Amino acid sequence: MAEEKKLFKVTIDNITIEVEPGTSILNAARMIGGDVAPPAMCYYSKLKGSGGKCRTCLVEVAAGSTADPRPMPKLVASCRTNVMDGMVVKNITSERVIDARNGVVEFLLINHPLDCPICDQAGECHLQDLSYDHGKEGTRYEFNRRTFKKHDLGPYIQLHMTRCILCYRCVFTADQLTNKRVHGILDRGDHAEIATYIEKSLDNDFIGNVIDVCPVGALTDKTFRFKNRVWFLKPVDAHCECTKCKGKVTLWYRGEEVFRVTARKDQWGEVEDWICNECRFEKKKTSDWIIEGPTAVSRQSVISQGHYQHLEMPKETMPEVMGGRQPRLLMDIHSVSEVNRPDVDLSALPGPAHSTDFPKQS
Amino acid sequence: MGRKLLLEKAQVEGIRTYEVYRREGGYASVEKALKTMSPDQVTEEVKKSGLRGRGGAGFPAGMKWSFLAKPEGVPRYLVCNADESEPGTFKDRYLMEFIPHLLIEGLIVASYALGSERTYIYIRGEYAWIVDILEEAIAEANKAGFLGKNILGSGFNCQIYVQRGAGAYICGEETALIESLEGKRGNPRIKPPFPAVKGVWDCPTVVNNVETLAAVVPIIRIGGEEYAKIGVGKSTGTKLISACGNINKPGVYEIDMTISVEEFIYSDEYCGGIPNGKRLKACIPGGSSVPILPANLLLKTAKGEQRMMNYESLADGGFATGSMMGSGGFIVLDEDQCVVRNTLTLARFYRHESCGQCSPCREGTGWMEKILKNIETGKGKMSDIDLLWDIQRKIEGNTICPLGDAAAWPVAAAIRHFRDEFEWHVKNPVESQHRNFGLAHYADPLPVPVTA
Repeated sequence: MAEEKKLFKVTIDNITIEVEPGTSILNAARMIGGDVAPPAMCYYSKLKGSGGKCRTCLVEVAAGSTADPRPMPKLVASCRTNVMDGMVVKNITSERVIDARNGVVEFLLINHPLDCPICDQAGECHLQDLSYDHGKEGTRYEFNRRTFKKHDLGPYIQLHMTRCILCYRCVFTADQLTNKRVHGILDRGDHAEIATYIEKSLDNDFIGNVIDVCPVGALTDKTFRFKNRVWFLKPVDAHCECTKCKGKVTLWYRGEEVFRVTARKDQWGEVEDWICNECRFEKKKTSDWIIEGPTAVSRQSVISQGHYQHLEMPKETMPEVMGGRQPRLLMDIHSVSEVNRPDVDLSALPGPAHSTDFPKQS
Repeated sequence: MGRKLLLEKAQVEGIRTYEVYRREGGYASVEKALKTMSPDQVTEEVKKSGLRGRGGAGFPAGMKWSFLAKPEGVPRYLVCNADESEPGTFKDRYLMEFIPHLLIEGLIVASYALGSERTYIYIRGEYAWIVDILEEAIAEANKAGFLGKNILGSGFNCQIYVQRGAGAYICGEETALIESLEGKRGNPRIKPPFPAVKGVWDCPTVVNNVETLAAVVPIIRIGGEEYAKIGVGKSTGTKLISACGNINKPGVYEIDMTISVEEFIYSDEYCGGIPNGKRLKACIPGGSSVPILPANLLLKTAKGEQRMMNYESLADGGFATGSMMGSGGFIVLDEDQCVVRNTLTLARFYRHESCGQCSPCREGTGWMEKILKNIETGKGKMSDIDLLWDIQRKIEGNTICPLGDAAAWPVAAAIRHFRDEFEWHVKNPVESQHRNFGLAHYADPLPVPVTA
């Protein structure tokens, strides 16, 4: 008979759950789900060693464990702190946590412009969500922002360092998925930056995944960027026979055209299976894929706005009302030449032009 | 005259060489430990001594040693933290430069206790000339049979290697030091796991400061209990203090932690008072990262008791009215010094040295420096002071390593104790630019202690 596995009981925001030993507070909170799960900008469950850097997932440990119920003096990074049996954690029920998280958002936004209207990541940006939840309406920062010269990272990936929040996810991805990492963090402190060594391009087989893991719009897909907004696209699950990866992807359609291909993501915004560059960048035709069906998108997501399946288009009534005429005729009050006839030389008139200067033509 | 344990022989001519050091009784502790004691007994002796880590945090050294995991077949490492980079702290440099064999001896004893056969000295890159001194001392110890294989016939093998850092302050933090030692970027690791479980190359590791390891020599020589009798309370033994700033005799002093701050500043045995008869304005008692204290709170605690040069007394009152012993970098400011300028200098240092891993430290230190620069150069606003307070509050305690705290505390203490000086800068932007005097109006009359 198999020995019964001992589970740890942990209470997060007054909700108790039993988890396996070795589970982090963040993952325990994710099991509960909803607002109890702290936000994470740098932690990525699929990337070993990630987390602990952005400090957005800080939580208060009100009781360490049943054996030692003392509270932890400092807030802890929930992604890197494992639960103990009897631990009591406060996330959104802690004023300290909310205050600290507000501070973190303010720090992150110092050097990250809120240029969502023009950023390619708009609608999919974790920082955008975080700043809506925890940010302030204004900034207290009055100094020049960090600026960088643009780096060309090859044919597929564009780096916009001005938007980078130095979460290190892309470095971990390149380290753990590709056979030769050519980019990393240069310099330190607030002048640290993601860069390649002597302007190299990122062209490893799986390097396209850095686009998916980037929580903001710092690393974008050159084959897609600025071609469309995500809420206009329809995500569809598809797969193919690929020798390099599992080939399970999401195709982003507008009409019949595939605008981009990404890895499939779970409810926490993390990819389910890494995909190769060929699947991501080269296969942009429906015939390259076996379509499975529409991707399940949360109703709260802005992407759900683009779900025009079964949508009833409003009936065009103008032609009916106008007896078959096109509506543009409504605007056809007079032609341009009637307003400002080309045969009247305005500069030759002695004063301001007047209606008498434009006698009606018979 | 306080008892000297570390610098007792510092003035002996030629003490830097093995020959003289040995003649003066050097390496007796290695002989005693390896010939008459087991490794656990050495650890026990260090525990009994009550020795607290001299790098700044003040954690009991013996207890730290006892946390070391001892899995079978896995090497253990001792690393000496000689990356002394805190502004105002220069005691380890003196020790390594003038009595290098004291450190080597301490390292051998500690390595024996911890079972470290490969021990590293991670030294600050700027201490380039000390690397040569240490390597020469290691070569001499090797030749004399105190390093290498089967030391003194005890069966214990040990070798010491010197590794130079590249001059990053953060590499003084133990996990960043380990990363750097492994050849990686010197970024702090997230704890747990602690180095005692997973340190250098994922093996159990103890990281101790130079002074801590040097103190092991007298502990073994005189015994832990005898060592614990020196000093007071939990501040046992002697402590090296590097004193600088506006004092007549800057330098490194060994104190037994029973003297008062007043005696340390004004007596001729130590700092010798403040030059030109000027008054004491403030002091940073434990290296630049600890809170600054105004003269009245430096000499007496909030309860009106005399402030002593030890861990407990300097921390008395918490950060509201106290400070920390830290690494012993004692920086004195006379009445002419500007606290705002001083705080800006420190903020600039911490901004430059932030590794950039976590967002509060990366962004917050730079923001604080910019605001301080505005205030210092007469472009500040009154609301900037409150903003500065709020920023430091949001950095403190929320970062991966203590560098965030080190950057926040000096700013917090400066505003807490010298807020009117910040306000004066804002209100008098022109005068604050053309002056070579500090503000003394805030604490007039300043206490003028009697020379000891």
